[in-house]
Amino acid sequence: MTTKTMTNTTKTNQKRGPVETRQLLHQEAPIFEQGTPGRTGASLPPLDVPAVDEKALFGELLRPEGEAAHLPEVSEVEVTRHFTRLSRWNYAIDIGLYPLGSCTMKYNPKVNERVARMPGFASLHPSQPVSTLQGALALMWALERALCEVGGFTRATLQPAAGAQGELTGLMMIRAYHQDRGRHPTKVLIPDSAHGTNPASCTINGFEARPLKTGADGLLDIDSLRAAVNDDTAAIMITNPSTLGLFEERFGDIIEIVHRAGGLVYMDGANLNALMGKFRPGAVGVDCMHINLHKTFTTPHGGGGPGSGPVGVGPALEPFLPTPTVAREGDRYWLDFDRPRSIGRVHSFFGNFGMHVRAYTYIREMGGEGLTQATELAVLNANYLRARLVGTYPLAYEKPSMHEVVLTDKRLKKETGVQTLDVAKRLMDYGYHPPTIYFPLPAVTGGAGALMIEPTETETPETLDAFAESLIAIAEEAGREPEMVKEAPHHTAIRRLDETAAARKPRLRWTPEGGE
Amino acid sequence: MLRVIGAPSVESLFAHIPQKLRAERPLDVGPALDEVSLLDHLSSLAGQNHAAQVSGHLSFLGGGLTPHHIPTAVDALLGRAEWYTSYTPYQPEISQGTLQAVFEFQTMVAEIFGMEIANASMYDGASAAAEAILMARRLNGRPHAVLSAGLHPHYHEVADSYLSGLHPEAEQVYRTARLDPTSGCTDLRSIEAALDEQASCVVVQSPNYYGVVEDLAPIADLVHRKGALLVVVTTEPLVYGLLQPPGALGADIACGEGLGLGFYSTLGGPAVGLFASRAAHTRAMPGRLVGETVDKDGRRGYVLTLATREQHIRREKATSNICTNTGLMALAFTIHLCLLGRRGFQELARLNLAKAEYARRTLAGLRGFGLRYQGRTFNEFALKVRGGDARAAVERLAGEGIFAGVPVRGPEGEGEAYDTLLVAVTERHRKEDIDRLAQALDGACP
Repeated sequence: MTTKTMTNTTKTNQKRGPVETRQLLHQEAPIFEQGTPGRTGASLPPLDVPAVDEKALFGELLRPEGEAAHLPEVSEVEVTRHFTRLSRWNYAIDIGLYPLGSCTMKYNPKVNERVARMPGFASLHPSQPVSTLQGALALMWALERALCEVGGFTRATLQPAAGAQGELTGLMMIRAYHQDRGRHPTKVLIPDSAHGTNPASCTINGFEARPLKTGADGLLDIDSLRAAVNDDTAAIMITNPSTLGLFEERFGDIIEIVHRAGGLVYMDGANLNALMGKFRPGAVGVDCMHINLHKTFTTPHGGGGPGSGPVGVGPALEPFLPTPTVAREGDRYWLDFDRPRSIGRVHSFFGNFGMHVRAYTYIREMGGEGLTQATELAVLNANYLRARLVGTYPLAYEKPSMHEVVLTDKRLKKETGVQTLDVAKRLMDYGYHPPTIYFPLPAVTGGAGALMIEPTETETPETLDAFAESLIAIAEEAGREPEMVKEAPHHTAIRRLDETAAARKPRLRWTPEGGE
Repeated sequence: MLRVIGAPSVESLFAHIPQKLRAERPLDVGPALDEVSLLDHLSSLAGQNHAAQVSGHLSFLGGGLTPHHIPTAVDALLGRAEWYTSYTPYQPEISQGTLQAVFEFQTMVAEIFGMEIANASMYDGASAAAEAILMARRLNGRPHAVLSAGLHPHYHEVADSYLSGLHPEAEQVYRTARLDPTSGCTDLRSIEAALDEQASCVVVQSPNYYGVVEDLAPIADLVHRKGALLVVVTTEPLVYGLLQPPGALGADIACGEGLGLGFYSTLGGPAVGLFASRAAHTRAMPGRLVGETVDKDGRRGYVLTLATREQHIRREKATSNICTNTGLMALAFTIHLCLLGRRGFQELARLNLAKAEYARRTLAGLRGFGLRYQGRTFNEFALKVRGGDARAAVERLAGEGIFAGVPVRGPEGEGEAYDTLLVAVTERHRKEDIDRLAQALDGACP
């Protein structure tokens, strides 16, 4: 087995000591290149019933031995080492600051994991009689109530498996609402700063997405909205705070303009963590909002999921919620399928219940005051980084920041040729995951490359200081030795990867001939 | 911190939110709980549920989610924070662990289904099936879909939800091909009757909702002759440890649910949607894809690739709106399949078949019961409860500590009685367990 010892020896580092990233990592071959024929890590129970003559039963439907699924042939030790070694090639929140803007990488409390693995939750089957699921239904009911309280809604569905599926679910309900009134509007208005999922959700549900311009101040341009709204407007889909980290100060007007034209207001709740206890969207007229439990409510992101995207609704959309909903009478809970105007199901079963358990645990641990404080600290931390960094990385917009701040490479690129991507890659050498980059799109940030930084409330002032100093040091490096920054990262176990080659001739699975 | 910011108070950071929009009162979600009280509260809720591992219930529940034994090593490895507290691998230099694991997952899913490629996972089986229909529409530009009556009824409902927006004027957005009442296989003539030039695809589940293994090859022939695509769904991928996979029988897209082999059943979610296709259709696929490449020094490495299909690049022109998928569940599935390996996957499948065959023969002979269909089955089968109500029988047995199965209606759905019991039998059941079920069911339905 080859090993590789990391070194950090660039001149600059000796001068200013970045966080140590020295580490022993194993170059780990694909699992298919390990083991030996016949080896297995399985422990199967014995056959205690009569054997079956498979040939007689299935004949030519049997999979020929030579065409068996080519799965690895390795022991439990090999499997354990493989996945332990691979895990060490990952950055993670438990390793350090992960300031991905809009993704809200806050700390995931360990108690959530313990609770989610209680057998009384983890081993439940979705088709058990409801009389045997009373605790689970009580939890779903209580989570729905808590999310409605935070969002200002009357009801919510927990079914959507992620934020984007929540968007789709919301749009389905909006369509059903209009159809119920004999209307068939076809357009959904979406600010150009929105997440890509918003227009994509519209398309796959048959709506046409119409972009709205961001105004000179970074907020939605109200004139652009007024000009776009008409009786073909099904809804506006708006993120608040926007992806620029700015609160839409004219939100009251926006809601009124859309409602007056017969449209509904969908709020993308990706940034709800900036609002808890301060602003309840449903209470001021938002008709529908998805909530990313994996952002605001600390369920882990899992390397790309599972997420969970409950959708809160006001009275207008309540009849259209997916079935089943959880119903309650006294201390008994049941599943309500009798909802004639429902859009139907969006999940195989009840949504990502394991994530519901974690989010509920977090909410109960925090209480109302705690959630409000989480929002306050998230906004404080973002504004602190803004104040520390604005002299080096100019803002995309000057308006007050909420939970995240969007900085740009405007000055750096002009003065040194070093740009956002290079800064991001160099940050890894300092021991951080980079922020979200090039989003919002350059069209929204005046052509500059965006660095969208969201520190979250779970970071200490010391961590924020060290991060800010790293970003400032990188700007200095860019002035002194721009080529070094453009070649970054230097300390990671693997260097910049050839993404063009990967896309030109995609190799999406392991094959024996491709092996080394 | 406030001094550096130049703000008098934390509250002043919210001053730009107009007063009329501000929350009118403090949040009321109950008081904050210390960890001891928190665990007491959650333990008490967990304790109000019955579950095989808690109350000693014997469970034969399947119906779209057949829980298998999950080896201890799976959860032990999943508990590493480097896996579960990382995000979608946008920065490949510090995400090679996740990227390589997904590459291995894609390889295994493709292998199991006998398909050329697979993606990085979908939310669950139902959304995977719905997205398969959307993909077929993109590929051949035809609007309609034909769904087998043997497709899981929840998958029918989710497909309906996904498709109805695209046909706002239509009563029914898909056509249904019925099951042969004797064999329980999808009726070829019924598919043919539903399959006109407007149909983009035919969706068949195998083994179907009633456990019957479909004869896919003739269906594929028919579907292709009509210029449509064949989508094969499975909620029990273990069957391909024994039987010919969809890729060998003409499927254009194969998808399904991997949770039963991946992780604890957790009330059905988080699940893991499996999605595989022919390589020619790669660029029409939904979801993330990981590809192999090299770094500047020529070292093998992995990246998210073909992102020009995706929402964050293509926005309204994307192949899907999916962003977060089910990475951690895909990892669990991958680890379990590594532990089983080539041989273990086959042996586990044989074990499931043998136990289920024993149960099928035993239960079908009981007074008041019979087989609903004569078709061949794998590890789940449908019992006909003569003149009885399967739901009542299930409730009664639940009181005796047995989840006997999933009570369902016949394939015509609406209007049919709940006279059918789906019974799933796996490696987790000993012979005595099956005999105990038989004893409890005997005479349970007069």
